[in-house]
Amino acid sequence: MTAPASGTLKAWLLTDAPASRNQARLGRFYRGWLSFQTNPLALVGLGIVLLLVLMALLAEVIAPYSPVVGGDLRTERLLAPSLEHLFGTDGQARDILSRILYGSRLTLMVVALVAIITTPIGLLIGTTSGYFGGWVDSVLMRLTDIFLAFPRLILALAFVAALGPGIENAILAIAVTSWPPYARLARAETLTIRNTDYLNAIQLQGASSLRIIWGHVIPMCLPSVIVRVTLDMAGIILTAAGLGFLGLGAQPPLPEWGAMVADGRRFLIDQWWVPTVPGIAIFVVSLGFNLLGDGLRDVLDPKGGE
Amino acid sequence: MTNAYLEVERLTVTFGSGPEAFRAVQDLDLSVEAGESFGLVGESGSGKSTVLRAICGLTPPPTGTLRIEGRPLPEPRSSQFYRTVQMVFQDPYGSLHPRHTVDRTLAEPLAIHQMDRREERIEQALREVGLDESFRFRYPHQLSGGQRQRIAIARALILEPRVLLLDEPTSALDASIQAEVLNLLDRLRSERGLTYLLVSHDLAVVSHMCDRLLVMQHGRGVEQLDRETLQQKTPVQQYTRELLVASEGFRR
Amino acid sequence: MSAALLDVQNLRVTFPTRTGVVEAVRGVSFSLGRERLGIVGESGSGKSQTGRAILGLTPSPGRVEAERLEFDGRPLLSASRAEWQRLRGGRISMVMQDPKYSLNPVMPIGKQIVEAYRTHVSATRKEAEQQGLRMLESVQIRDPRRVFQAYAHELSGGMGQRAMLAMMLITNPDLLIADEPTSALDVTVQLQVLGVLDQLVSERGMGLIFISHDLRLVSSFCDRVLVMYAGKVVETLEASRLHEAQHPYTQGLLNCLPQIEGSARPLPTLQREASWTQ
Repeated sequence: MTAPASGTLKAWLLTDAPASRNQARLGRFYRGWLSFQTNPLALVGLGIVLLLVLMALLAEVIAPYSPVVGGDLRTERLLAPSLEHLFGTDGQARDILSRILYGSRLTLMVVALVAIITTPIGLLIGTTSGYFGGWVDSVLMRLTDIFLAFPRLILALAFVAALGPGIENAILAIAVTSWPPYARLARAETLTIRNTDYLNAIQLQGASSLRIIWGHVIPMCLPSVIVRVTLDMAGIILTAAGLGFLGLGAQPPLPEWGAMVADGRRFLIDQWWVPTVPGIAIFVVSLGFNLLGDGLRDVLDPKGGE
Repeated sequence: MTNAYLEVERLTVTFGSGPEAFRAVQDLDLSVEAGESFGLVGESGSGKSTVLRAICGLTPPPTGTLRIEGRPLPEPRSSQFYRTVQMVFQDPYGSLHPRHTVDRTLAEPLAIHQMDRREERIEQALREVGLDESFRFRYPHQLSGGQRQRIAIARALILEPRVLLLDEPTSALDASIQAEVLNLLDRLRSERGLTYLLVSHDLAVVSHMCDRLLVMQHGRGVEQLDRETLQQKTPVQQYTRELLVASEGFRR
Repeated sequence: MSAALLDVQNLRVTFPTRTGVVEAVRGVSFSLGRERLGIVGESGSGKSQTGRAILGLTPSPGRVEAERLEFDGRPLLSASRAEWQRLRGGRISMVMQDPKYSLNPVMPIGKQIVEAYRTHVSATRKEAEQQGLRMLESVQIRDPRRVFQAYAHELSGGMGQRAMLAMMLITNPDLLIADEPTSALDVTVQLQVLGVLDQLVSERGMGLIFISHDLRLVSSFCDRVLVMYAGKVVETLEASRLHEAQHPYTQGLLNCLPQIEGSARPLPTLQREASWTQ
């Protein structure tokens, strides 16, 4: 065959008659990717998120200095950005660039852990509630309302008071208050498909409720929940940063971006780079997740038609 | 004495309760013999589809009696029931899960009932409905309406039921595809000795496919006919006559 | 012979997609006087897109091209927005399949009819209402006042479709394009709506393009029939000579339908030939 390798791979993925389950799945994923990449802003968002991941993975390799050990407190404090310190140094003579790079790990950890905790909880509660209806629905939704009513920052304060400050507790506080909207979303999606013929058909084949929820309902709810979670990432980063700002999240000397903004506040006028650079980092990553979420929505939204 | 296989006696299906209660089917009687093809004809709102769903247990529990081979249907329906009665739905796109390949759609009932020789059964099911291997891993949106309906039929038959409930199986299909699907259903019935209960608004389809039929209106049975009476256009009831006239098409 | 009301030569409608260009209509030509023309085809034949192209309603990013597309001598492809506004609803009207989706759900029927009327005819609101009520009577709605004040969801399918006809015909257009006007209706109601349509078209001497998948229905309603397949017209027939159809697709379409009186078993099916798409 004289066709180039990439040509045949593409043909294999796009074929109308896949020969195996995996080929079908990969083909669907590939088509989704083709659709996704027609949106330049979505690609920008994806790029930013990938950059974040890269920074986090390679922090040790890339960072020129230690993020926690500063230089000479007499001569190297609050240095302006220069070739030796690309983003300057902070009030403890620590290199800001290195802190940003290591801080990306904390940001990524917050985002990943919150997503991993809240998404399954929200999906399970929402789909179960929507599928069974009746008293199961009422009980689960009232439970959801209770958690929805908790104000996030107050809860974080309560956790800190009970368990001590730290980024793990901040993550817990955020996760506990973030899952209710996903449960509601999953429930709404479940209700729209509740009476479709394909659900009737599988019920008619004797499938258990567990099988139906897991294999038939959740796959239909997943796209909108994924989009929602991605869009919420921006808010979660800001919340973690806010908690850090209040001293409730990451504790010094951890290079958490929000804490960096808080510490650097007093230098805003004369040494603007100290709070501004971490602030820009927060902004860019939030924007990246927003753009990615928008792009995913355009691709995954089942109502958009496949 | 009739050899009734499927019996429906004084079936009443009510949706909702209190002042908003709606009786979709009222006091319906019908009986289908083994190996027969029985039609349910009516316009929208006649309750014909609801009868099928009530048999399957997909409606609120009805009053009246439903029996197969003389035994009342268990509430909730049992695994044995699902291996005896299956249904083909009207909208070929709506009845296949959009995120499942054909293979998964056919394999799942086999997994639920823990049947053997799954590979073989899936391949055979596809062959029997006239589709080849290349369709096996497609998603529903990669299939035409006629192909989807064939998959729906394959799925219904893979559990080897005795009774097939058909809810307007060809209404959403083009005329030429309808002919193919009707021929397929005909062939499968004679090959497997199946019993059909076919719902349709189209008298021509019912006349072609069914030996006897019941006309429904507003949830009630109006008249039961056999094919000869229908073809000779000698029904008794006024409503049946109106349906026949309307089916003949427009006259200027 | 009356001057052609509508002249279509080599109409092409194409849609660009990620996997190439889809040709929905590939060179359709016909001319229409004040007569009834039926366009018949299955899904994907391009019949609906033909109707929409005539009204300039092809959804973007679709492209419409034609050697000639003229209404009453006026070229349509180069029509300005203002000209289209005058033509649509005024001189050319369209009735679609499901009144649930083509009637505005948040406006009473009467208001929609009055709006349709006053867009094209200068009249006071009182005059327009009177005309609207008269129009509802002419589509055999027994209680026009009630329907006038009702909302779309309060009407049955048949009544909604007749209200739609009233709205579309109140300005006395020269041409009506009906795209599957009775397909969503019960069979007994279909006859009633078709009767109303028949009467109105005859009374007003309009041209009618009746688009449908139902060959028999179209041939009993129209004077001439165009049979479309894969974007092309494969046969043109006088409706009364349907049984003399030459093209195998038309014959196949006629023969594959089951009949109440009895049909062959198995039903004859269409053997599609690649040559039909040439």
